[in-house]
Amino acid sequence: MPKIKVKHQSPHVDMTPMVDLFSLLLTFFMLTATFRPDEPVPVDTPNSVSEKKTPDNNIMTITIAPDNRIFYNVDNGQDTILHYRPKILQEMGTRYNIEFTPEELRKFEKGNYTLGVSMQDMKAFLNCKDASERMTYEKGIPADSTDNQLAMWVLYTRQVNQNVQTLIKGDSKVEYPTVKKVLGVLQDYNVKVFNLITNLEKVEVTQKAD
Amino acid sequence: MAEIIQEDKAKGGKKKPKKHSTNIDMTPMVDLMCLLITFFMLTTAFSKPKIMQIVLPEKMTKNTIPPKIVGSRTMNIILGPDNKVYWYPGKPAVDMASAPALQQTDFSDTGIRQMLLDRNKALFNKIADFKNKVITGEIVMKDDSVQANIKKIKKLDDTGPIVLIKPSKTSTYKNFVDIIDEMSIVGIGTYSIADISWVEEQMLATATGTAVH
Repeated sequence: MPKIKVKHQSPHVDMTPMVDLFSLLLTFFMLTATFRPDEPVPVDTPNSVSEKKTPDNNIMTITIAPDNRIFYNVDNGQDTILHYRPKILQEMGTRYNIEFTPEELRKFEKGNYTLGVSMQDMKAFLNCKDASERMTYEKGIPADSTDNQLAMWVLYTRQVNQNVQTLIKGDSKVEYPTVKKVLGVLQDYNVKVFNLITNLEKVEVTQKAD
Repeated sequence: MAEIIQEDKAKGGKKKPKKHSTNIDMTPMVDLMCLLITFFMLTTAFSKPKIMQIVLPEKMTKNTIPPKIVGSRTMNIILGPDNKVYWYPGKPAVDMASAPALQQTDFSDTGIRQMLLDRNKALFNKIADFKNKVITGEIVMKDDSVQANIKKIKKLDDTGPIVLIKPSKTSTYKNFVDIIDEMSIVGIGTYSIADISWVEEQMLATATGTAVH
């Protein structure tokens, strides 16, 4: 009868395949990662049955926070050579007689801030060192008839990027007059088609009404 | 991961001086990669939010003639406070004396949806039939043209109500989105967002019992 040999196993496991797999996953996630732009306020969007997806590029987002502050953000265009963000800021600077240095324009382009800053505070905002300092300037974009900076942002964004689509991201609890104000601004500047950002909520109308 | 760490310890126990092994300890590398993957997975915005498209007409100037609409098909929906909806049929009221009473309802399945569905039966069934035919394969067409066709059905319809949505100052953004959502659920062909008039504000105040006399 042959002896049963107990195989002496080395405690060492070959980890090369695991490393291979991990590097692949890592590469995949690094390449596909699109970072969420940092939000100064959490916004709870209402639900709808719409299944249309948010576009990736050429979007201008107007956020309405629960405390009725209005924020604005725009993307930098499909290619990095387009530099929409600094261009728009420069236009805004000329409008409000503020000269931005190339350094400040670069900061504005890189930091994908959701802006709630008035143009008067913009320079100080861009030179802030950290997020908490920046927060102190986020008072919401003025959109009153005396100082309608939101309208200017909309105007110059559309001048710089003709293909821009307007997205409105409002909190469920925002009162209608604020929404109306934003819609009014858009209507004034001939934005007729716009999109409301919502969460998907399936609704089935089962009963057939006969 | 726990196993790997244990093995690492076991290996650390027996030190072999100067014996070149072809094995490189990859555990720290794996650890690091795990961390990085976790980081990227968590920061990636996976589920993109959905959007709902609405179209507003051009702003009315003094020269524009308001579009004529049939009074009998018109349905006025007023968004009131506390997630309540009020509605009255017919032409928009012009004075308090002839103003009809507001009907109160809510955003539930049996509320405003049922009311609209009852009035939009014909069109709703037409769209549902069309969608069914597409699903069963009776009609074969691309996704885009399905949407275009539904739009066309809605446009040609002359039975369903024309809804005027009038959000009051006390309504919220949620109500606004909800009511537009109802329009697409019920398949209303023609709807529009209008400003609430003074008379309607008074009617709403009477209905909610906040009227000041």
